[in-house]
Amino acid sequence: MLILKMAWRNLWRNRRRTLITTTAVFFAVLLSTLMSSIQLGMYEKMIDNVVGFYSGYVQVHQAGYWDDQVLDNSFEATPDLREQVLATRFVTEAVPRLESFALAASDEKSLAAQVIGCDPEIENRLTQLQEKLVAGTYLGPGDQGLLVAQGLAENLKVGLHDTLVLLSQGYHGATAVGKYPIQGLLKFGSPELNNNLIYLTLPEAQYLYGAPARLTSLALVLDQGTQAPRVVKALQTELDTAAFEVMDWRGMMPELVQMMEADVGASYVYLLILYLVIGFGIFGTVLMMTQERRFEFGVMIAVGMKRLKLAAMVVLELLFINGIGVLAGIGATIPVAAWLKANPIDLSGGEMADMYADYGFEALMPASLDPTVFINQASIVFVITLLISLYPFFKITRMDAVESMRG
Amino acid sequence: MNVIETTNLHKTYEGAVPVKAVNGVSLQIEAGEFTAIVGPSGSGKTTLLNIIGGLDRPTEGEVIVGGQDISKLSNNQLIDFRLHNIGFVFQAYNLIPVLTARENVEFVMLLQKRSRAEREARSQALLEAVGLGDRMDNRPTKMSGGQQQRVAVARALAPKPKFVLADEPTANLDSHSTANLLDIMANLNRQEGITFVFSTHDQRVIDRARRVITLEDGVVVSDIRREENPVPEA
Repeated sequence: MLILKMAWRNLWRNRRRTLITTTAVFFAVLLSTLMSSIQLGMYEKMIDNVVGFYSGYVQVHQAGYWDDQVLDNSFEATPDLREQVLATRFVTEAVPRLESFALAASDEKSLAAQVIGCDPEIENRLTQLQEKLVAGTYLGPGDQGLLVAQGLAENLKVGLHDTLVLLSQGYHGATAVGKYPIQGLLKFGSPELNNNLIYLTLPEAQYLYGAPARLTSLALVLDQGTQAPRVVKALQTELDTAAFEVMDWRGMMPELVQMMEADVGASYVYLLILYLVIGFGIFGTVLMMTQERRFEFGVMIAVGMKRLKLAAMVVLELLFINGIGVLAGIGATIPVAAWLKANPIDLSGGEMADMYADYGFEALMPASLDPTVFINQASIVFVITLLISLYPFFKITRMDAVESMRG
Repeated sequence: MNVIETTNLHKTYEGAVPVKAVNGVSLQIEAGEFTAIVGPSGSGKTTLLNIIGGLDRPTEGEVIVGGQDISKLSNNQLIDFRLHNIGFVFQAYNLIPVLTARENVEFVMLLQKRSRAEREARSQALLEAVGLGDRMDNRPTKMSGGQQQRVAVARALAPKPKFVLADEPTANLDSHSTANLLDIMANLNRQEGITFVFSTHDQRVIDRARRVITLEDGVVVSDIRREENPVPEA
């Protein structure tokens, strides 16, 4: 108890030094946490853009579909299958789709397009598709029109109520041709989606492709995106894996994962530089403190204090400094991160925005409030301080009382 | 009964030119003595005191303290030995600055794992004995050099040591504080029978000692005993 009391009081012997060191820890935590929070926020946004708004965190396909995405690898949708999937923990919705490609032709132009046959109401629960409608009316159950992405419509030089002809190959090589009125225009944040997508109702798409009652995928809505691996594992044991494949977004979009991993690698370099600067700052203070208090340490050892106990007291002092700095750093980061989450930095209009567009993401930089960001960064700074405290620890455990008192 | 006994004690500091700080010192100090080890700077008195106090090790020879050869103890055993057997008073500024006078005195007893009640009672009694009953809650920075040294004496006595070693205890004190400190130590020696061994070249301390051992170049050149204090209390 006395050790604790002494450690605490020692902190305030040299207030300025303690405040400088605490401030160094504070900024280390603030900067590293904020940087990681924004980085993770960007990833969450990317995942939301690509995964949450379209593919879903998990998909069920006919075995082999992902490697060879053709209609012949579609599967028959049965009510049993849907119920089985919906009964899985964390799964809140199973979105049925029949997806393929088609040549979309207007009076003036023909362009390749991705055609999605969907249940408009269920689809809306995953992708909030209706919110992306900028003109016309959303699809209803019996509608025979289509929704076309705004970018694609512009490229095809068509507008609302114009007609598009879709030409493709259907199930088992059948010819697929259909003529559809444009009943709505959609706008997507991701340029890749905005320049490619066409939506039909599921029965219309199944009719177009000659694939009645067939689906290419069931995209699953989860109440927690982070639980995707558990859902995959559960479904892989529940479904016949010879007939079905279950994939999470990481498996479906390895390039997105790789891009994020490459970005994380680059940020480690910045963080390392930051940690080094801060680490040496703290080390300088510790070095000075150990040197200044040599006489005092010598006296304490001389009167009977074990070196290990003395070293523990000094480590405790550093832990106090660290604790205050880390808590203050996290305390200051949370409101800033919360504000940035609610008001993401808008990058539109710059080169960065173009780069984001190339990848198909919205040019926004929100922050994340994921607790792991705060815990990880605080832990790293904590470990750095612990490593620094090894210096006084070893210095004291090898200290000679007479030498120290000699000065 | 001998409290301290050294036999043919040598201490050589190795270097480009080896320095013999202590060169064949044999002496016995009995319980209740009030002894000053004197000599010019570099005569080896502090080294001898450090070896007797288990702070330094002899190159050769034996140091028997309370019947135990301390030169054979490990570093940790030496720390324990010092904690339970020896009280130290160093030159000025040897108190723990973040602790009050009472806490400084209790500190050593806490290391000895004495009960709280015993610590509180003994620290109060000792601080009153050195005339600081009204300054117990003051930190060292709020005390004069003389008062700090009196706290150091109280701290040295707190663990009930076999003897107290004081290395130049008056080196940084004015004459009034020196006289006051010496009175306190002489009283404790006379009334409680506590053994004090000083290293000093302060004539005021030498005048009050009942035994004066003179060192020159690490060798005892004289050892004079006096029956009574030649100089009365201040």
